[in-house]
This record gives sequence, C-alpha cells and structure tokens, in this order.
Amino acid sequence: MEQKWVVFQLEENAYGIDVQSVRSIERVIPITRIPNAASYVKGVINLRGVVTPVIDLRTRLGFEAIEETEETRIIIATLEHGDAGFIVDCANEVVEAADVRIEPLTDQKQDEMTYLTAIAKGEDQLFSLLEPNRLFEEIIHA
Amino acid sequence: MDLNEYLGLFLDESIEHLQAINSSLLIFEQRLDDEAVIDQIFRSAHTLKGMSGTMGYDAIADLTHEMESALDLVRSKTQPATPELIDVLFVAAEQLETMVEDISQGGTGKLDVTTTVIRLKQFIDPDTESGKDTVKAAGTVMMNFECDVYSESVVRQSMASGYQAYVITVELSADVILKAARVYMVFDRLQNLGDVILSNPTSDELEQEQFETRFDVLFVTMKTAEDIQQEIKAVSEVAQVLIQPFEVSVEPAAAATLLEPVEETPAVNTSIETSTETQTPIAAKTIRVNLERIDRLMNLFEEFIIDRGRLERIAAEVGSSDLTETVERIKRGTNELQSLVLTLRMMPIEQVFNRFPRMVRSVSKDVGKNIKLHITGAETELDRTVIDEIGDPLVHLIRNAVDHGIESKADRISAGKPVEGNLSLRAYHSGNRVFIEIEDDGAGINQERVTKIALEKGLLTEEEATLLTPEEAAMLLFAPGFSTAETVTDLSGRGVGLDVVKSKIESLGGEVFVETKRGEGTIFRISLPLTLSIISAMLVKLDQETYAIPLTAIIETTSLKQDVILQAHREKVFDFRGQLVPLISLNQVYGLPHVEADAYSVVVVRSGEKLAGLMVSELIGQQEIVMKPLGSYLEGIRAISGATILGDGQVALIIDSNALLRK
Repeated sequence: MEQKWVVFQLEENAYGIDVQSVRSIERVIPITRIPNAASYVKGVINLRGVVTPVIDLRTRLGFEAIEETEETRIIIATLEHGDAGFIVDCANEVVEAADVRIEPLTDQKQDEMTYLTAIAKGEDQLFSLLEPNRLFEEIIHA
Repeated sequence: MDLNEYLGLFLDESIEHLQAINSSLLIFEQRLDDEAVIDQIFRSAHTLKGMSGTMGYDAIADLTHEMESALDLVRSKTQPATPELIDVLFVAAEQLETMVEDISQGGTGKLDVTTTVIRLKQFIDPDTESGKDTVKAAGTVMMNFECDVYSESVVRQSMASGYQAYVITVELSADVILKAARVYMVFDRLQNLGDVILSNPTSDELEQEQFETRFDVLFVTMKTAEDIQQEIKAVSEVAQVLIQPFEVSVEPAAAATLLEPVEETPAVNTSIETSTETQTPIAAKTIRVNLERIDRLMNLFEEFIIDRGRLERIAAEVGSSDLTETVERIKRGTNELQSLVLTLRMMPIEQVFNRFPRMVRSVSKDVGKNIKLHITGAETELDRTVIDEIGDPLVHLIRNAVDHGIESKADRISAGKPVEGNLSLRAYHSGNRVFIEIEDDGAGINQERVTKIALEKGLLTEEEATLLTPEEAAMLLFAPGFSTAETVTDLSGRGVGLDVVKSKIESLGGEVFVETKRGEGTIFRISLPLTLSIISAMLVKLDQETYAIPLTAIIETTSLKQDVILQAHREKVFDFRGQLVPLISLNQVYGLPHVEADAYSVVVVRSGEKLAGLMVSELIGQQEIVMKPLGSYLEGIRAISGATILGDGQVALIIDSNALLRK
C-alpha cells in the first residue's frame, strides 16, 4: 500500500507522521495535569473512556509554548506502549508518497534528533518525517 | 505465522490442561485402574505435546511425549501403573508447570527434563510389545469394523439404492514422512469416488497423525473395488490397499440392531450414553474472550454512563414527562447492564485452588507429614486480575501452614491428636468482599516465641510487647524481616517473609488477619475486594484540581486550625488521638503552590502502622470510582496509582497514599 502522511504544523514548520500510526485527530478537550512528569507532558485526557497521555509537541521539540487556538489539534497515535496524543498547532492534510520525494537527513541532524527520520519534498511543500515512538521515550523524569 | 498471537491462547490452554492433569493424577493415585482418568491425563498430555510442538517449546513436547507413551502402555493394559510411575508423572507435571510459567513470564520455557524423561523411559518397556499390539489391534478392527447405528443405517440405505459398501485398509509405507498429507490425499480421492462413512482411527486422529501406518475406511460407492484400488495406489507412500466388501448383516454388532429394528430408540440412547461416557465432560459452555475486549467494552460502557448523567440533567431541565420517563428506563436498563458487564471479568477461584492438592501432597511428603486438604467454595468468583495475582500469596500461606502450622507426626501423637493433619482452604463471598481462609489444626502460633523473636529483631520494644493482644502478636509474623522457622527449610524459609504476602494482598486492596488458638490451630483470613476496578474513594480538591483518595486508606477526615499544627524537625505534625502524626502538603507533593490558611481540611490516612495527615484544599465527598491505569507511558509517576473518569467526563488522578507514607 502506498505510504501516506498526516501533515501538521508547528509555527512555520511542517511535520509528517505515518497515517498508519494515527488513530484519530481530536479537537482540544480538557486535559488533567500529571504532577512530577516531564515538562512537555501536558497531562491525560479521557479518550472514549481510556485515560490517554498527551504531550505538548511544541515543548517536546523545543519550540515556545503557546495558548491553544481554534486550530489546535491533538493527534492520537497508536504506539508501542499504547495510545498517546501530541498537541500540534494545526493538522492540515494528508500527503501521498507519490507527491513527494524522500531525502535522508544529514548525519549530524540524525544524531541530534532521533525522532526525525527523513525529509519529504514536494512541489510546493517540505516537511520532516517524525517517528512518534521516539517522542514518547523517557516521558517521566528519572 | 505470527506465533505471538497464539501465545496467550497457548498459555491459557496449557494451564487448563495442566490443571486437568493435576486433578486427574490425584484421582489416579487413589484408583490405579480408573481408565477414564488415565485417558484424561493421556489426552491432556497429548494436546500439550501438539501445542508446544507447534509453538516450538521442545522441552515441553519431549516431556509430554514420554508421558503419553508411558500412559499409552497403561491405557492399553500392556503394563500396570506403578506408584513409581505416578511419582514421575507428578514430577513431570510440576516441571511442565514451571516451564509454562516461565513462558508466561516471557522466558524460553526451557528446563532440563532429562532425568524425568529417563525415568519415564525406564517405565516404558523397550521391547516391541506395543508394536505387536497395534498390529493385532488393526487386524481385529478390520474384521469387525465398529459401526454405530447411524452409520449403519446410512450404509443400509446406500446399499438399497445400489451402492456397494467396502472396508478399505490402507497401509502407508513404513518410512512415510507426510502421514497427514497422504491421508488427506487418500480421502480426497475417495470423496470423488463415493462417500466415506467412517474411518478407524477417526478422521481427527488421522489428521493429528495418531496412528502407525495403517487405517481403515468404511466406504460406499458405485465404483468397483479395482477402480478404488487403482485410485488410492496412485497416492505416493501408499504401500498396500486392501479392499473387502462390507456386509451389514454379517457383522455381529450390526446383526443385533438389525434383529431388533423396532427398538431403534433405545439403541440410539445407548450409543449416546457410551459416547458421553468416553468423552470428558467439558465444563459449562464458554467462549474465550480477550480481556482487552472486555476492558474496551467496560470503557465504552462507562462513557455511556457519563452521557446518561448528562441526559438526566437535560431531562430535568426540559421537564417533559415523556423524556423523563425514557431516561428513567434507560437508567434502569443501564444499571442492570452495568452489573452484567462487571461480572464478565469474574472467574471462579477454582483455577487457583486446583494446583493446591498436588502442592500440599508433595510438600507434606517432603516434610514427612500426613496432611489432608479440604477445599470448599472453589466456585467463588473473583475479578480476573485478582485471580492472576492471588496465587503466590496463597502458595506461601499454604506452604507455611504445612511447614510450620501443622506439627510433626510425633508431636501430634504426643498432643493426643490424630496423626493426619487437616488443612482447609475456603473461599466465600460476604458483602462486596471475597474471603479466603486457610485453616490448619496445628499447634497454633506460639505468642511468647513470636514476641521474643520480634524483640530480638528490634521490631518492637519491651514495653510494647507486654501490651500485645494475641492477635497483634500473631500479626508480627507479617512484619518485615520476621521468620520464626528455627531450621530454615527450603520450603517457607526462603528469605521471602510473610511481609511480602501481606503487601501483595494489600496492593490488591485486600487485608489479611490471623486467628489462632494454642494447640488447636490457626486461621489466616484474607479479605479481597470483589473487583479491583471499582473502589470507594474520597474526592478532594487541591487548588482547582480534583483527586481521589481510596477509602480503604482513610481513617477519618478532619479540620485543623493553624494553631494546632506543630513544627517538629522542619516537619509539620499534629496531635491525632494522642499520637504525633506528620502532616503532608499534597499541594507541595503534586507541584502546586502552598496556600496559607487559618484552617486546613485534612484526610488522615494509614499505611501499615504509619499514619499521616494529608492537607487538601477542599473535601468534595465520597464516591464509587472506576480505577483506570495511567498506561505504560506514565507508569511510575510518584504517588499516583491510577486515574478515574468523573461524572463530567474529566480525568481525576488517584492518590497512592501508601507511596506517600513510604519514605
């Protein structure tokens, strides 16, 4: 099957995550704070009866945190250890592999940011491919 | 094929079969000639062999293979069962259990079973007796093909409409590799020529390759014997095909039914009876459902309950009697549904109890005692999660009772008791809790000795010791670092004390009590919640956040004025019934700003012997909550044991007061 990515935005940057690992995209719902967790752990939400952790992707990737807007979305991904969500500025589209060219990262970038896997370049767009499992590694303060 | 997918199934079924083997072995020991029991063990061993072979657990397959071979000799009456065989079988069952346990823990299921295999092989006489036996059996089978009433009437009807009935004996070559495949090909060809009525062995057994090289088929066809012969011979690895006409009236078994055609109904009845006799009674009709699915069902159902709450509020606002009535009906329906959904997770405790007869047998043998185990209430139902966790603590308590509780034979005689000790294992429901009792008729707990040891180990002071009630003294057994065994046996004194048992039970929301009478015996009583998922809790507010504190941990709630709060070594304490108890600011623990006030709401909690006061912003009230895990990503968050979903759909965290009090 042809690969597809859900493409979303953080500030001016676009990122893509494999459609296969996306369970749903939610509007912002009340989040319960988790005390003593990593700074980027936003808390837990009630996702149809399942208590699901949510991280703030801005904080996780080193962007400045902002107030949520109408556009803010929580992308729920199915990961190795269960479902988890991450907050993005907006989720705009699904891009098919046929429309982009995949280019590897520079070695240095790869070492620094293990959650990035490659860059996808299309005619009028460019986005970085994210490996969501990496984002949730070591979520708790040791 | 992804075997992982089948692992859960394999484990569940293996455990079931091991239980069947265990309970059958105990009966077998009593009644060496009980064929049904031998059959049961044989079948379970066989199934285990098949499954473990497929899953690649060779040690299990090897061991079960030898068990099967040995039992086959007993089954075919070639060799009588011996006490030695029973002993080896018990050892084998134990080893199988160890291996299955290891696999369930993510291990490889490898264990050195050579000794057991050799012991089993010694039982299996290596001469060709069994081989001759099968040949003979096959010979007789061919002569009188066992035919039930139904098949016979089919044959008769077919013959009436011009078909020929044959008994076809197919002999595969001795070095056949793909037995099942050849059987399949033979059957496939036969189906094209006519109809297979019966086969010996049965088609299931043939599929599982449970035969030597030879099988018989009762076959009806319009074709001639030569045609069939040719067709089957064309299948490779078929050595010989023997075709004989099958005549209903000549068969002695058949003749009987033919002569009395009027009494066909009783004839049918007998055949049903015998078939039920030979089949093992399979328990109540059940289906296996993945626990995850049930959890999902529960989750969705809880969501539904929350929406129902909203609907109720809306109905109250709208004030339409039709709507109110409908909502009322929904409410009644969902209440019933809720109790039903909750029972889905319940399982009889039998599953745990089943392994104890054998364990008690072997442990008492090891320590040279004569002990009879009485089990009651095995049908009592408990949450699956509790069932999974309660096994180890029970094993410990039972071993403890066998090892320390019941006196040695000599001591019992001099105390004027019967030599045989009694151990009772009971389970029963009471209110919304389940009780499990382990009672022995041993010497009881020696209070002086327990107190003396506790003093020596510094677990309490001289002064405290004089004030102990007998119950309190007995509970010292559960104190960390306590072990009364004078000689450390390899049974109970393995460094793991009863304190582990206690903390395990407490982690399940349970409690353990001891009742003891000198010279008469001891009862360990465990009380467990019916289900882990629903607990009573006190909801509290910290700032704007809502948290839940399990009621089991709470002693009372109180309000403290600023002036009764004392300062002791940089710690806030207060006087609680004459005892200085530390005061913990939950705001501080959970990273919220501490707000100074004139008075604080305080929840006094207990963990073991320790008390503490938890300062909260506001007490909301008591409520039944459904406990939910935080998930692997947030496992290990300090002092949070889980979460729950409140009536408004928001998540509230559950405070782990045990962790707060542990320093």
